[in-house]
Amino acid sequence: MKFQKIVLGLVASAMFGLSTFAAQAADPIIIGEINHYKRMAAFANPYKDGIELGLAEVNAAGGVLGRPLEFIYRDDQGKPGEAIKIAEELMTSDGAVMLTGTIFSNVGLAISSFAAEKKYLYLASEPLADALVWAKGNNYTFRLRASTYMQAAMLAEEAAKTDAKTYATIAPNYAYGKDAVAAFKKALTALRPDVTFVTEQWPALFKIDAGAEVQAIERMKPDAIFNVTFGGDLAKFVREGSTRGLFDGRKVFSLLTGEPEYLDPLKDEAPVGWTVTGYPSYDMKDAANKAFVDAYMAAYGKYPGIGPLVGYMTVQSIAAAITKAGSTETEALVAAFKGLDVDTPLGKITYRSQDHQSTAGAFLGTVALKDGKGVMVDWSYKNGADYLPSDAEVKLLRPASN
Amino acid sequence: MALLIAQLLTGLANAAALFLVASGLSLIFGVTRIVNFAHGSFYMLGAFIGYSLMQVLPGHFWFWASVLLAGIAVGLIGVIVEICVLRPVYKAPELFQLVATFGVILVIQDLALLVWGAEDVLGPRAPGLKGIIRIMGEPVPKYDLALIAITPFVLFGLWYLLTKTRIGILVRAATQDREMVGALGVNQAWLFTGVFFLGAALAGLGGAIQLPKGGADLMMDFNILAAIFVVVVIGGMGSLPGAYVAAVLISVLNVFGVSYLPQSTLVLMFVVMAVVLMIKPYGLFGREEVAGEHGQVGEPERPIKPADARGRMIVGCLIAALALLPMFDSTFLTILITDILIFCLFAASLHFLLGLGGLVSFGHAAFFGSGAYVAALLVSHAGTPMELAFLLAPLGAGMAAVIIGWMCIRLTGVYFAMLTMAFAQLLWSLVFQWGEFTGGDDGMVDIWPAEWLSTTNAYYYFTLVVGVGAIILLRHVAHSPFGYALRASRDSERQAEATGINTKHVRWAAFAFAGAMAGVAGGLFVFSKGSVFPTELEIAKSFDGLIVVFLGGVKTLSGGVVGGASLELIKDFLTRFEFWRLSLGVLIIVVVILAPEGIVGTVRKLAEHAGWMRSKNAREVTGDE
Amino acid sequence: MSEVLRVENLYKTFGGIHAVEDVSFSVAEGELLALIGPNGAGKTTCFNMLMGQLKPTSGQVYLRGENITGMPPRKVWRMGVGRTFQITATYQSMTVIENIQMALMSYHHRVFSIVPYAHKLYREEALQLLELVGMVEQAERACAILAYGDLKRLELAIALCHEPSLLLMDEPTAGMAPKERIKLMQLTADIVRERKISVLFTEHDMDVVFAHSHHIMVLNRGELIANGSANDIRNNPKVQEVYLGGGHLFAKDEVQPNA
Repeated sequence: MKFQKIVLGLVASAMFGLSTFAAQAADPIIIGEINHYKRMAAFANPYKDGIELGLAEVNAAGGVLGRPLEFIYRDDQGKPGEAIKIAEELMTSDGAVMLTGTIFSNVGLAISSFAAEKKYLYLASEPLADALVWAKGNNYTFRLRASTYMQAAMLAEEAAKTDAKTYATIAPNYAYGKDAVAAFKKALTALRPDVTFVTEQWPALFKIDAGAEVQAIERMKPDAIFNVTFGGDLAKFVREGSTRGLFDGRKVFSLLTGEPEYLDPLKDEAPVGWTVTGYPSYDMKDAANKAFVDAYMAAYGKYPGIGPLVGYMTVQSIAAAITKAGSTETEALVAAFKGLDVDTPLGKITYRSQDHQSTAGAFLGTVALKDGKGVMVDWSYKNGADYLPSDAEVKLLRPASN
Repeated sequence: MALLIAQLLTGLANAAALFLVASGLSLIFGVTRIVNFAHGSFYMLGAFIGYSLMQVLPGHFWFWASVLLAGIAVGLIGVIVEICVLRPVYKAPELFQLVATFGVILVIQDLALLVWGAEDVLGPRAPGLKGIIRIMGEPVPKYDLALIAITPFVLFGLWYLLTKTRIGILVRAATQDREMVGALGVNQAWLFTGVFFLGAALAGLGGAIQLPKGGADLMMDFNILAAIFVVVVIGGMGSLPGAYVAAVLISVLNVFGVSYLPQSTLVLMFVVMAVVLMIKPYGLFGREEVAGEHGQVGEPERPIKPADARGRMIVGCLIAALALLPMFDSTFLTILITDILIFCLFAASLHFLLGLGGLVSFGHAAFFGSGAYVAALLVSHAGTPMELAFLLAPLGAGMAAVIIGWMCIRLTGVYFAMLTMAFAQLLWSLVFQWGEFTGGDDGMVDIWPAEWLSTTNAYYYFTLVVGVGAIILLRHVAHSPFGYALRASRDSERQAEATGINTKHVRWAAFAFAGAMAGVAGGLFVFSKGSVFPTELEIAKSFDGLIVVFLGGVKTLSGGVVGGASLELIKDFLTRFEFWRLSLGVLIIVVVILAPEGIVGTVRKLAEHAGWMRSKNAREVTGDE
Repeated sequence: MSEVLRVENLYKTFGGIHAVEDVSFSVAEGELLALIGPNGAGKTTCFNMLMGQLKPTSGQVYLRGENITGMPPRKVWRMGVGRTFQITATYQSMTVIENIQMALMSYHHRVFSIVPYAHKLYREEALQLLELVGMVEQAERACAILAYGDLKRLELAIALCHEPSLLLMDEPTAGMAPKERIKLMQLTADIVRERKISVLFTEHDMDVVFAHSHHIMVLNRGELIANGSANDIRNNPKVQEVYLGGGHLFAKDEVQPNA
């Protein structure tokens, strides 16, 4: 195995000019990072940049526990089975002390279950599924980003303020889409029992038939629309919808659309007037946020999307947990993560001990056009803690806590 | 009424790109008999190249010129692919070329990422066609109308080219009888290249022409692949009018599906395909594939014999080495080998069907997934003990195979392949959609083995015993009367039927048996990972299996296992690097070209040449073939 | 002599074209009956209907009085009918002896058995059959590399393995050298005489036909135009008309329409 490693390293350096195996002075603390670097390149690579930025800062300040922090990045091809194999390798042969990563919820869930079985610590950075901390939550899994439920609840709160009574929903036909629609419906009907949902559209993920979807929604003449589509589906939906006048005189509430990753590709066709959750990093004024954005711009020459922010906060969270634990033992780290406070660009966030969800929030605003591209305006930061269910409800949602 | 017409128009507009891409695939298949997996990649390249051209070429004229140029550029890329990758492997066994095209997909994916970056691009709108026209009050985008108008012209143009010109007549003749065209003194190689150019160009055109309705992204290639295969099969492989009718049918049905049955988006086209193939087994305009029409290309398979003492000793040593492994090495290697063994069993079960039965299944993952899901469902819903759930996994998978086999087995060749894919996809969407029961794409988690198997080493030994046992069982059955009957049914259905063998039943039983064995692999998988997701029964998984069987060698008994082990090891190594898809793709292409008989077949030949192994056939009698 | 096979008013139409029209005949026990006719006369179509590869449009086929019309080939085979093909059909991936063992396994209802090794089953019987057709030395060779004549002999051995009472041979000697033809046909004649097997065969080589058939039928454009002994057929004007439009017929070096 040693020999194989050396050969591997040599070939790696020779073939791609990497220097992963260059000698490092102090014994680093290794974190295993698993992501879909090829399948979701547009998201995973900026996220990795955010991690690198965070690492540079942590290590410049002397690392943690006097040792440098190091991430090993591995591509799982977007396959849960593959991710588990890699997770095992990271933990057993590469000496990683904990796992983090993934964007796809299903890969996150697979690693989470594996982590619980093998007693490894897993920080789910980006996956949004509610099940990660609730239905399938376990002692060894923590989640950083504001979940589907939280972000849908933010939009529902905003929607409740309007006089729209009939809603259409459109969401990709998979778990994230279904969770989001269910959460939005639940939150909105709680606030506004008079609201009705007239149609639910379920295009196949990344295979939207936008013209047909627009016609199907138009047919029901809703007052407002709740949108969960993203990426290429969103672009097609926005284009067909605006061409055919679907959005004229209608309120649209849209999940994640304000994140630069999704808003920027739309350029001057960004859907003006939509209420969205996102991350207006180009517009940050307060010290903590601005410091991160400036550092990122200095390093990479562009303003960060949500990916870099999550990557950066992942490093901050892990560093804080290790420092608090004073050790890299899994059980100590798990104990440290419970109730852990971390100072992040978003302010202080807490990893709740009752469900392992962090209180990181999201930005809510309206889409506008500025210099030929979409931006979020009139935005405000919504603290995640305000959009989580009550502790009693969480107890019901999370069998693992009983 | 107005809405109905507007919906119909939307469907017709959507059919445009689908038809262009599918007609290219159909044409290529019709003439060269290559199932071109890389066709989606040509479509993606068309979109990206068209986008880049439109960025620098403004205005009405140049918009359409860009679309055309994108088509031509992709056509030329197709020519490069044909000459460099496919030409060397035309003589390989039937369908072997699809492995090469799979390599091409991987290469193009990484190259596109390098050239155009990771971000999705939004296609520019067509100049002068940005607005809408109201038809009976309903808004219809002008560009939709343009697409509706253009498609019949393309169809007519292709029809004219193929029926009224000399080249077209030669192409059609080649569809009927390749050898004949060669005998007429036509350079067949260039005819194929020409057809590849046309087919790829049509795909590129399709990619470029859909830009104003969407854009370009790196997942387009796979996203359209299933749809175009469905269109080609419904229309009848090789039939252009068929492709048009099928594209319109699928697109229009889809529009109505979206409106009146919004949850149907995942399955609709596969249901349509299954129904069409049940009624018209060769598609709407397809011609019956006469068995053996295209012949067994290349050297016929050799007679098989159970391993001799030396062979058994080598295998015994190998197994002993594997059994001793946990004492020497890290946990990771045992995990890796567990994965490889499971995949090898899956590949071996597919090889049983494909190699011995000549039954090319594009949906074998359905049974791997069935096994995994049966076990997972039993554990999580019924609290079944792991041991029992594991035993029931192959049973469940076998049952699924019995049912699906019953519906597919009456077809042969590519149509059989497509019908298996359709049913596999139906099963996939059932699992995907039925969230309350199967967990949908969030899958089923926390399916861990029983206490006594919970350590990595214990499960490793369990996998070693069960996996190797099942592989040996598959091998043994190959040597049994049933295995012989399966080969007999493949070699000569005529003779087999004329000597009392019910070839349909033999194939059906083989399908069920292979399905059950894949189910064993699925059962092993779910408990080793602790979770299962719909990805385990999707098309990509079936293709993974196909690739390794071909790569290992269809006409050799150990092809599945050797191919599975090699590819998994190589993948594990390569995925550590930045451009692993490019490297893997190139590697696959190189192997395909250098070893057209698969790894095992080629190694055997080399060994015979070097004199390490005695040739089993007395070739000198008939001279070299 | 009792009647083995009886065919009554057999018709087959392919999209309006009559391939076989009102064909009736019978084959007696131990009889060698030749079915001749120019290419496209409907001989193979006829054969395919007898053994169930094709369903007749109308008409009946009886085997020892039992109606077998439209029965699948494998059932007809079980009732004691063997067949060889115009274009040889063998299992290319198996050895010569395994080809025969396969048929024997089928005969003994072992097709779905997964326990024993197939190559060990019924070896003795298979060797005897190979002995019969003179191919013992070739037993272990791959079928794929056999010469054409050997393939024909192998097919004959396969057809004999369930001790058939009737053998249907579609151009048993097509594509062979003249000397080989006579040898093979002599071999066939000897075997069937010894085993009291009836044979219905089609053939282009008139030497073979006249030398080995008890009875000859002539098929033209799907219709039987003559039925009788070798002499009857030689002198039948209708037959002469069909073959080369009259005149001197059936000379030694007759043109092979198949060649």
